[in-house]
Amino acid sequence: MTNEEIKAYFTTVAPSATFDETGEWLNVQVEPGSWKPLAQNLRNSVLHFDYLFCLTCIDWKTHFSVVYHLSSTTYRHTIVIKANVYAVNPEIETVSDIWRTAEFHEREVYDLFGVKFLHHPDLRRLILTDDFEGYPLRKNFEDPVNMIKL
Amino acid sequence: MYTQTEVIKDTTVNGSEGELVINVGPQHPATHGVLHLVITLNGETIKKIEPHLGYIHRSIEKMCESLSYRQFIYVTSRMDYLSSHINNLGSAHCVEKGMQIEIPARAKVIRVLMSELTRIASHELWLGAMAMDLGAFTPFFYAFREREMINDIMEQTCGARLTMNYMVPGGVMYDIHPDFQQKVKVFVKQFKEKVTEYDDLVTNNIIFKNRMIGVGVLSKEDAISYGCTGPVARGSGVSCDIRKIFPYEVYDTVAFDEVLETAGDSFSRYMVRVREMHQSIRIIEQLIDNIPEGEHQAKTKAVLKLPKGEFYSRVETARGEFGVYIVSEGATTPYRIKFRSPGFSNLSALEHMAKGSKLGDLMATMGTLDLVIPDIDR
Repeated sequence: MTNEEIKAYFTTVAPSATFDETGEWLNVQVEPGSWKPLAQNLRNSVLHFDYLFCLTCIDWKTHFSVVYHLSSTTYRHTIVIKANVYAVNPEIETVSDIWRTAEFHEREVYDLFGVKFLHHPDLRRLILTDDFEGYPLRKNFEDPVNMIKL
Repeated sequence: MYTQTEVIKDTTVNGSEGELVINVGPQHPATHGVLHLVITLNGETIKKIEPHLGYIHRSIEKMCESLSYRQFIYVTSRMDYLSSHINNLGSAHCVEKGMQIEIPARAKVIRVLMSELTRIASHELWLGAMAMDLGAFTPFFYAFREREMINDIMEQTCGARLTMNYMVPGGVMYDIHPDFQQKVKVFVKQFKEKVTEYDDLVTNNIIFKNRMIGVGVLSKEDAISYGCTGPVARGSGVSCDIRKIFPYEVYDTVAFDEVLETAGDSFSRYMVRVREMHQSIRIIEQLIDNIPEGEHQAKTKAVLKLPKGEFYSRVETARGEFGVYIVSEGATTPYRIKFRSPGFSNLSALEHMAKGSKLGDLMATMGTLDLVIPDIDR
């Protein structure tokens, strides 16, 4: 499906979404509060976004952006969903029940950024130890011993 | 992660339930690296698998934030060290995409040749290691006989056997060695002669078949939902070869088939990899005599600056889809970089695949997942 068709679909199910087409793929900015039902919609509707191939987070200092790269194995179209969350106590609904791969990816983001995924089945640190202090991929993270700076 | 006392407490038999918690790893011969699986057993049946990662976590993504666009490519060799050429290629690609660098035709062909040689080398190592997981020692030597030849070819041209660091933004670092073409031809000839031995030893071996057929089944829907890629997904019938769907370099001009199996069990994944080696040989045969003359590297500035924006590039490594996501603020270093590694997603499907099966079958399932731990931990 073309970007225009996807945009037309978004205006019916999520009128508050804004678009950015400067990159390779269509970028859609969504409200974190309305993201969960929208995700369900994207997965099950005619757009059939069944493959979440990348889930990550960006620290913009004033806020975090949780970034979802979605693609469809039937239609081969791709979109990028972005949801901005607060810098203090960032939280967003989990999508691990919609795309199972999100379970690990969300745990990784929680581990390294401290973004809380609400209703995640098993939200624990994945890579670092449980007693590790701080979130290393945040921009304000400082480790005087192990930090690599050039 | 478990503290020491908790592990000891957990390994005791848990009363009337009859559940037993055992640790596979972090030092276990079948995990091929420091992967720690906490497995809850009921008798011999697996009830739960909990992977504990991070033993070789180096925070490569954070490291890359302070490295320049030329430097960070070399770190990616240390992730999936068996597909290091292809990891480098994906990273170089992403920079080229941002800078809009046009790569010379010669570099494109060399890159594809190197990628396919890497893929064969990786699958050879997997074949030997997987057979060893299932209790056979001999296939390891057979597989390494051919893999050694690839390593020698790599050493001659790239100067290293494992972490080659041969790809740079704009092309490849050096031109190929004068003996390269002749040596690759010798390798292709030997591989084609000897590959039937693998079939005799493993593929048609009733012991291997009994241990792999119907073990660790992953359905097509689950493979997509878990984000599996590469031979794992293709063994379940998911068409996901990036070389076919989103061709890069010269993959759209060479003839090869995307290998698909539909059963989704360990044997299908095994067959996908064995057949993929033949397809790689096909690609190499088409290109080895047709390397165009000319420059091996485009002229680029000494200091690379990506324009403000976001860039994503993906390539097909031996394990699946490798993605590089760069967020640039227009500086000489990336603002944020994310590596989407195939092993991470493939591992997440392990519990689903092995639940309800016997502990002995876990080794066959894990063996055909082809996990490389630095790729998962990053």
